[in-house]
Order: sequence, then C-alpha cells, then structure tokens
Amino acid sequence: MNDRMNAIFTVVSGALFGFGLALSTMIKPEVVLDFLRFDDFGLLLVLGGAVGVTLIAYQLAPRLMAKPVFAAAFGQRPTETMKRTLVGSALFGIGWGICGVCPGPAIAGLGAGNWSLLIVVAAMALGAYVQGRLASSR
Amino acid sequence: MDLSAIFPAGIWHYLLGGLAIGAGVSVLFIFTGRIGGMSGVFSATWSYVSRLPFFQQANLTSSRGWRLHYALGLIIGAALWLFLTQSDPVTTEIPWWQLALGGFIGGYGARLGNGCTSGHGICGLASLSATSLWAVLVFLGCAIVTAQVVEALGGA
Repeated sequence: MNDRMNAIFTVVSGALFGFGLALSTMIKPEVVLDFLRFDDFGLLLVLGGAVGVTLIAYQLAPRLMAKPVFAAAFGQRPTETMKRTLVGSALFGIGWGICGVCPGPAIAGLGAGNWSLLIVVAAMALGAYVQGRLASSR
Repeated sequence: MDLSAIFPAGIWHYLLGGLAIGAGVSVLFIFTGRIGGMSGVFSATWSYVSRLPFFQQANLTSSRGWRLHYALGLIIGAALWLFLTQSDPVTTEIPWWQLALGGFIGGYGARLGNGCTSGHGICGLASLSATSLWAVLVFLGCAIVTAQVVEALGGA
C-alpha cells in the first residue's frame, strides 16, 4: 500500500517539477544561456521561488510531522567532502555553460517535444557512467 | 525601476514556474521523505545494467526505482504544460556538438559533485547546507564564464 502511494506521489511530484520547468521556459537552452550572459535574470526568480517553497517544507515538515505521510523517516542529503563537491560543481558549471541544459530540463524537455535534448540526456548518462567507472577503478 | 530591462520576457512565468518546482520537491519530501535532486537518476539507472561495484552501491540500487518514477513525472508534467497551454513543441537551435559536449561534462561533474541545479541549488540550499551553497556559487560562476567564452568564440 505505502509502496504504491509512494510511487504515485513520486510521479506527481515529478509532474509538478516538470510543469514548473516547462512554464519557466528553462527547457529551452537559449533561455538559460541568456541568463548566464546577463541578458535576462529570470532564472533567479525560478531558483528563488523553488528554494523558498522547499525551504519551508524542509524546515517545517520534520518539526511538525513525526514522519512523512507514506514513509518511515525523512531523508537527508548525504554529507560530502568539500573538495570533491567543488571540483564536480566546477565541471558541472562548465558543461551547463556550454549547452544551457541541466539534468532536470534535459528530461522534462522531452515531454514538451524538445527532442534535441535526447542528445543531452544520452551525453549526461555517458558522463555519469564514466564518473562511476573511474570511481570504481580507484 | 524598469523591470523590463533585467526581465525582458516578464517575471510571472519564471516566478510561478519556480513555485511549481518547489511544490514538487516539497510534495516529494512531505509524502515520501525523499530528497528530490535530479542528477542521481543518471547514475542510479546504470545499476540495472552495469555490474561495476560503484553502480551496485546500496544508495543507487535502493533509489533507482523512485528516481525513474520521478523522471517519468518530469516528462508527464512538461507534456501536460504543452497540452494545457496549446503551445508549439519546444525547439532549440543550439548545435548538437554543444549539447553533447556540455551534457557529457555536466553529467560527469554533477555526479562527481553529488548534485546539480536541483540537488545542490534547491534541495541543498533548502537544507541550509554550507557545502551546497559553495557548490551553487562555483557552478554558477563557472557556467557564467563558460557561456560568455562560448559566445565570444562564436558559439550559439
């Protein structure tokens, strides 16, 4: 029962996320590149709106609820080493600046017919594979 | 103050879109307790096909199912937007090599750094994580410099 409800709510959450990405036009790489080139600061509003709502949920829900509605415990982001995070983030930023697409919009864009983003999805999957492969061989 | 100078396309679709994204991440957390970054699906899905020890880690095998559901939801939500607004399908003029190169480097980096614009930018900042704040400052800075360099070199 809880498994099924978790699955349903996960899809619904993703749908809200995807609808928001489409509405905010972030699924069009040109809009992201315009932001990165200071032609349109709209993406700050997207980030601000999203962080504002999530901040309330992340900070209040664990204080007001003993547990999530359909699960045993609230999750937490894993703790990471600063160096690895910063090197990874620098590379992520360079990639984002080249193509104007990050993981969420790459996937959501497919739902709005932006088939060119299949290239990005495939390339990101390859990049994630190489990262895991190199981490395995260490 | 003239908002159209810094927001030539208007502000409401940006703001409402951001609120919808936040609502999605919040619903996920409140109902399932899950932290909804988006880049994890690109590693977790490999655990279905790769025997490499890295991809068989418990955090990937245990999250691969819901991460795919979450990604499916993204596609459904964007399709719903297309249907409800009667918009034309979205297109891009960015050349394929830019999409491929940027996607590869971005995918590698997001997984090495354990998060992207949603993982560090939304979930991390909303968790008040100092590491995520640094991650956001670094990837925004690198993205801005890169995008300007690409433009200066004649890229799209």
